Formats: sequence, structure tokens, C-alpha cells
Amino acid sequence: MAEVTLSPQEVARYSRHLIMPEVGMDGQKKLKASSILLIGAGGLGSPLALYLAAAGVGRLGLVDFDVVDFSNLQRQVLHHTEDVGRPKLQSAKERIQSINPEVRVDLYETRLTSANAFDILRPYDIVIDGTDNFPTRYLVNDACVLLKKPNVYGSIFRFDGQASVFHPPAGPCYRCLYPEPPPPGEVPSCAEGGVLGILPGLVGCIQATEAVKLILGNGAPLIGRLLLYDALRMSFQEFKVRRNPRCPMCGDNPTIKQLIDYEQFCGVRGQETALAATSEEITVEELQQLARSGNNVFILDVRNPEEYQICRIPGSVLLPLPQLPQRFGELDKNKEMVVHCKSGMRSAKAIQFLKQQGFTKLKNLKGGILAWADKIDRTMAKY
Amino acid sequence: MKIKVHLFARAKDLAGQPEVEIDVPVGARVVDLKKALGSRIPALSSLLERCAVAVNNEFAGEDASLSPSAEVALLPPVSGG
Repeated sequence: MAEVTLSPQEVARYSRHLIMPEVGMDGQKKLKASSILLIGAGGLGSPLALYLAAAGVGRLGLVDFDVVDFSNLQRQVLHHTEDVGRPKLQSAKERIQSINPEVRVDLYETRLTSANAFDILRPYDIVIDGTDNFPTRYLVNDACVLLKKPNVYGSIFRFDGQASVFHPPAGPCYRCLYPEPPPPGEVPSCAEGGVLGILPGLVGCIQATEAVKLILGNGAPLIGRLLLYDALRMSFQEFKVRRNPRCPMCGDNPTIKQLIDYEQFCGVRGQETALAATSEEITVEELQQLARSGNNVFILDVRNPEEYQICRIPGSVLLPLPQLPQRFGELDKNKEMVVHCKSGMRSAKAIQFLKQQGFTKLKNLKGGILAWADKIDRTMAKY
Repeated sequence: MKIKVHLFARAKDLAGQPEVEIDVPVGARVVDLKKALGSRIPALSSLLERCAVAVNNEFAGEDASLSPSAEVALLPPVSGG
């Protein structure tokens, strides 16, 4: 700590921190001496990077391999419209340095894996989980437990947010709360289920606050507490979480002592191809031919009504997948049927269900309505 | 006894309601409540096993017993970021 000093410009920059007893010169120097790793430069990573840089954290690491997409701009405020198509880490670095050139920024343009996690996490004091999938969340948790680093956790779904700080043995780890991941496909991602654009702003700011408190050693951290935020009801709720003595990761007799294969653990790998293989497919070109030839083909759209409002294949009939068990009686078993959704997963599930009900003349539209928009009707809006 | 269960995130969507009242025998445990929830709302059944359950604002194991006045919350894992 002795070697950290603040220049006159830095004193001016951080003056609103420096005049508070909870931060002061000592606290600001602690922030400058600290290093934080952000896993994900998306919805949660955006406010995290912006505020932690502005707050004067000395070193920020960012892990992401994605490219900015138009659909990111509604919530990922680190990236601007002109960044679409660029690697997220490039726009992230530019924004951070424009806010605070004092911050050292390390970029890891790669997927976090069991092979590279230790090397990437090791140099940092604190790890912040802003990922968008279960395999990486379990990987971040396990790597943090094994390296004894605090894991500042946040996640979002539609209008609901969660935040906590996992730091055994002071408190539980993520596995104490959720020992095993949900069955694949049971919990939709933001891409599948949608998310209020502002939600990650709030949850990310809670994570940033917790990280700064940990560095300052001040206040009551969210260790042992899960904070739940419901934007629709505008309410916060807090639940006490204890460390599970039988937790395979941080319990009294841990059984997991190294990183595992998280894609396999979460049942993600091969799931899409396995499901798609259970139904016969038809391409968008073949469907167009079929429709043009005057064949009386029935096109069943199993997406949600909100998606049907955005775009639809001409002549298609909507019957959302969740309603299928109650409403499949409305469909004619004797008719040739092409089933589609956005990209082919939900339609494969629908076909699986309809086959069990005795339907036989079913085909899955390969690539879903996205393929139709790409190859048949280029004026169609994509989402 | 009737237990009020607050549903969060995906569980709320699947059930189509933010809370549900479940009738369980006196002395029922968390695991019994989960079973009763699954038969009352079949859409929840495949997710139930992986949901965390809080009783009176504290996470509880499957064996935790429920009192008639228990406040129960069902919290599915959430992955978005």
C-alpha cells in the first residue's frame, strides 16, 4: 500500500469519495491498488465496468469473446450503436479509458474454460460473475472457491434480479444454494425469455457496490444473503443462506477438488442436435416450393404471441408451445404439418410431444423463422 | 394446513401466478410441499427439484419442517447476465 499515491488530478477526480470517512485517502488508495475481474462484458458487465472504472479501481480485467449485436444495445450500455459488429472488449476498453485513463485494462478475448480459468482469475483480488449461462456460472464458482477468491454474483431474468457475495468459509458458495443446474432448456436465457433493459443496470450496480465495499473493508457485505429484486413490484427481498456442510465444493469434506467439464455437468453439449435428430426436417427453400406448388401444407408456429407480432411466415397458424398440451385437439392429424419456432428447438419439442399424441405427418422447419428471414424474405424483421 | 408459496422468476411464469396456496398435512416438510406443488401445478414439476426453497426468509433443506404460519418462497436458478 505504501507505494500507492494519488496525483493532484486524481485527488480532484475522486474528491467526492475522499471527503467521506468511509472512503477517504486510505480507501481511495485501496481502490487504486485493487484488481477486479469481470466475467462477461454484457448486461451486467456494462454498469460494472463503467462504475468500477469511474470509482478508481486500479486494474480491471474483462473476459468476453462476443461481438456487439443490435439486440445488445437495449441494455448493454458499454457498447454504442457504432460498435455493432465489433468485439465487445474493444468498445469496452475504449469506454473505460474514456471515463478514467488511470485504470489498467486487461482483455481476455476468449471463452472462460476449465483449462484457462485459473490462469485468468489468479491475478485478481475479486471476481464478478456477469455471465449469461449456467456452465460458466458453475465454473466461476468452483474456480473462486478453489482459489479462495470472493465471487460477487448477479443474475437476471425478465423483471427479476438476484445478487449475492459467495466467499466460503465466511459464507456459502453458489453450489450451497443450487447444488445442481436445472434441466437444460428449463430456464430460458435473456435471448429466449427476454429481459427489461434497465434490470442489469440495477443488478450490476449492486454488484459494483459490493465489490467496492469488499475492497474498502467497510459495511455489511451480501455474504450469506441472497438479495432478490422484482422490478414489476419494485420490491427487494432478502434471504439468509448458510454454508452447506455437505456442499461438494465448500463443505466440510469437499468431493470436488478440481475444475470439471461444466458443459457436460449442465447437460448442454449435444442437446440441440440430439433433439433435432428426433424429427424429420424440411428446409425453408423446400417449404417455399411446397407452398408455391399449391400443396395444402399446414404451417404451425409454436412461438409466443409476442414473437408472432414481430414477424410471421405467411399462412402460418399460431399455437404457442406452452399451450400445446391443452390445445393439440384443435389440430388435424391427417394433414401434412410443418412446425416452426424461432430457430428450431421449441418446434422439435412440439414435434416430440405431438408424436406421443399420435401425430405422424410432421416436419421441423430447419433454422426456424430466422432461416426464412435470411433466405426467403430478406425484408422480414429479425429479433 | 394451508401454506402460501411465493413464486419467483421462471416458476412464476410457468405457474402463471406470483403465489399459490397449497394444502399439506400438519408436520409436512419442504419435500412434501414440493410434491404437492408439482401435482397442483404440473408445469412446475420438472423445475421443482432444482429450485431453492426459503422458509421464513431463510433457505431450508428438503427435510425442514413447516409450521402453519410459514412464509415459503420458491426460487428457481436464474442465469441471465
